[in-house]
Amino acid sequence: MDRFVFLTFDGLSRGAVYAAFALALVLIWRATRIVNFAQGAMAVATAYVGYSVSAATGSYWLGFVVAVLGGLVLGAATERVVMRFVDHSSHLNGVVVALGLVLVIQGVLGMIYGNEFRPAEAPFSREAFTVGGIALLSPFDLFVFGAVFIVVVLLAVLFTRTSVGLRMRASAFAPDVSRLLGVNVGGMLTLGWALAAAVGSLAGMLVLPTELGLHPNAMDIVFVSSFTAAVVGGLDSAVGAVAGGLIVGLLLSYVSGYLGATVAPIAVLLLLVVVLLGRPGGLFSRSAARAV
Amino acid sequence: MTALLEAQGLTVGYGAAPVLHDVDLTVAQGSITAVLGANGAGKTTLLRTLSGLLRPAAGRVVLEGQDLRGVRVEQMVRRGVAHVPEGRGVVTELTVDENLRLGGLWRRDRADTKRALDEVYGLFEPLARRRRFPGHQLSGGERQMLALGRALVGRPRLLLLDEPSLGLAPRVTAQIMALLRTLRDGTGLTVLLVEQNVRGALSVADTGVVMSLGRVVANADAAALRDDEDMRHAYLGF
Amino acid sequence: MSVTLAPKVDAGPRQAKQPGQRRHLLWTVAAAVLILVLSYLLPPFRNYQLATVGAYLCVTAGLTVLTGLNGQLSLGHGALMAAGAYTVALVQEKLAGRGQWTLLVAVLAAIVVATAAGAVVGLAAARLRGPYLAGLTLAVAVLVPAIASTFDKTFNSDQGLSVYVDPPPVALGAAFPYERWQAWLAWIGALLTVLLLATLVSGRFGRALRAVRDDEAAARLAGVNVARTQVLAFVVSAACAGLGGALFAVLAQSVSPGAFPLSLSLFLVMAIVIGGLGSLAGAIWGAVLLVALPALAHSVTDSIDVSPAVAQRLEGNLPLALFGITLIVVMLAAPGGIASLRPRRRKA
Repeated sequence: MDRFVFLTFDGLSRGAVYAAFALALVLIWRATRIVNFAQGAMAVATAYVGYSVSAATGSYWLGFVVAVLGGLVLGAATERVVMRFVDHSSHLNGVVVALGLVLVIQGVLGMIYGNEFRPAEAPFSREAFTVGGIALLSPFDLFVFGAVFIVVVLLAVLFTRTSVGLRMRASAFAPDVSRLLGVNVGGMLTLGWALAAAVGSLAGMLVLPTELGLHPNAMDIVFVSSFTAAVVGGLDSAVGAVAGGLIVGLLLSYVSGYLGATVAPIAVLLLLVVVLLGRPGGLFSRSAARAV
Repeated sequence: MTALLEAQGLTVGYGAAPVLHDVDLTVAQGSITAVLGANGAGKTTLLRTLSGLLRPAAGRVVLEGQDLRGVRVEQMVRRGVAHVPEGRGVVTELTVDENLRLGGLWRRDRADTKRALDEVYGLFEPLARRRRFPGHQLSGGERQMLALGRALVGRPRLLLLDEPSLGLAPRVTAQIMALLRTLRDGTGLTVLLVEQNVRGALSVADTGVVMSLGRVVANADAAALRDDEDMRHAYLGF
Repeated sequence: MSVTLAPKVDAGPRQAKQPGQRRHLLWTVAAAVLILVLSYLLPPFRNYQLATVGAYLCVTAGLTVLTGLNGQLSLGHGALMAAGAYTVALVQEKLAGRGQWTLLVAVLAAIVVATAAGAVVGLAAARLRGPYLAGLTLAVAVLVPAIASTFDKTFNSDQGLSVYVDPPPVALGAAFPYERWQAWLAWIGALLTVLLLATLVSGRFGRALRAVRDDEAAARLAGVNVARTQVLAFVVSAACAGLGGALFAVLAQSVSPGAFPLSLSLFLVMAIVIGGLGSLAGAIWGAVLLVALPALAHSVTDSIDVSPAVAQRLEGNLPLALFGITLIVVMLAAPGGIASLRPRRRKA
């Protein structure tokens, strides 16, 4: 029972990260009908920069902020310089271009930093508090929950209560009509990518301390897990992304805990297959999401 | 009569059969101009060229003496041109209120935008009752009101309407036409109206422009058009 | 427009099938002669590279059929290669030393295993489109190390397995260069693959593939069994990937998860995109590119004066960056994008 409680909290903590990452994917999907396959690589790149800054200045938090801001910049740049020019007549063009980006980013990171695992320290202790002899959460877990919660709330407020959010939603739902109403649709698209990438970078900084370390491929499995989370929740649904993230986190935690850590990624694959074949629209979608 | 908008020699489309061919058009300030013609005559293309969604291969569009070449679509609202496209363009995922507010986001004057919003709610009582409803729950007539209201929130000087009566019951169509007349009389709004419903359009229009196969074939007083039997038979179907 | 859209194979009606098949055979024989001659002219290292191109060609040809002709984007073919490679390693381990024929058995087993894996993925994939398919196959690709680690007693986890390969047959002479033998092995596989695919694709199957890619609803109306076509395309390409992976295992004489990273699957996609989707000739270009670019990167790093540690970093990663940039540029520059990857229209 102790183990179950511990695994549950651990799973929720991981799940919060997947939720944030899945949100980033859903953001871009809703705005552009592209799944940003480069999201993981972009997050790793900003994490490298963040940790370099931390190492150079001695301040973790400065590096953290730089990483998130770097995400904003990288996301905006990607949209402006690359994605804007993709021919959208085929939905797969965006995927292939994003994959090209993955190769470029991982190649450049490897050239600059090498392919060894680098330490990624956590800003808080990862030792769990014990309550009544049961290990619950660590300070780091609380930090993760808090950070993701704040991000989700901020995004929700942004999108539902601000005029920028209204413009962004209108640009995603009806770009031509929005242009006629004076909305700078192109700018909103760039902003969407920037925000999504920033969220992805935040998620990266939150998850890397729990992984083997910093490495150009470090976010590959996180991407797959988060993609699964987004699919589980329904690519169209932000609420679904959060729910999906928590579900995937819990699943991974239980499988790791009871069957072994190496089996966990296989469980993710199985979940993905089951959802894609059984309920492709996800749990929360409103439309047939499998048809692109 | 001052011309608010002029199209001069507009040619749109490429190759041997352009969609619009050498179209000349003058829209007088404070008037309602109806653009009529069969399907495929180029009426929608004309509107889309006027509002900047399409670039002409030749010719130009002049708004109050200013050539609109190179002006981006997003800038047109700022120049006082509001285009309600074919199909109305109600953003169905957004609520009534959000759709309306969308029409005024480009404006700097927040206070006046709020006033305009309230005026629109006053004008369209059904919308006021359904502020929080998402667009997809509205009927056809309500969506037309919403699209129109959204355009009016920006306090345009020129309103481009593409087939407002499409799919609407005759009674609702009559209400919309009457509303256009009221707006013209009350606020001096200029309207360019593309319509398949010839009778309805000519009942409120000052001028009628008839198009066929991408060209203007008649441009006359609306009353004259109503009375000209040959013209009516040949191009307007009655 | 992408480099070549229509396959350079005869796609005419049934009556013309015989001349078409004969043409394929002629080309194959000509290519075989060319490879034979080359293998005698080239120095050992170049022969090894030639062999590698042949191994890659098996995979790129199959992937061209799947993605170029049938419109299904797979990011997991590296994993299918791994399936073939590990099978060869395991079978040879069991049968080691009993004669040259064991290799044939091992390679056939590899094809069978990869085909089975491909059938499983293909069945799941047949119902998926666009990014969902890409995501699923990506998951498969990313999981290779996890599978190797889970069953680490069989697969020896990260260290991998070595592949026992017999030396060239005695009949060829005692001084027969090993690399030439490798080139022969690889290209026997490659040419057979290309010949088989060309034949398959020039007939009804090829037409069905393309019909489904272009307009699914119309294809269905024309009587094409869409799901079966999808799965068959996957299975065929998986078999090819399995063969390619098996040949790689033979060439490298070892297998490990590190030889089949995600980037391999991405390289394969890049190769067929740049080589020219939908054309088996394009698959050849892609295979050449897959060998030439890393070799180019290697000579670049050799020519500049840096420390061995830095050189190692550059060498491993420069190809990735180059491939990625090439892929992006090609995708953006081709006005129609991947014209052969047009979205399939769903049934109404």
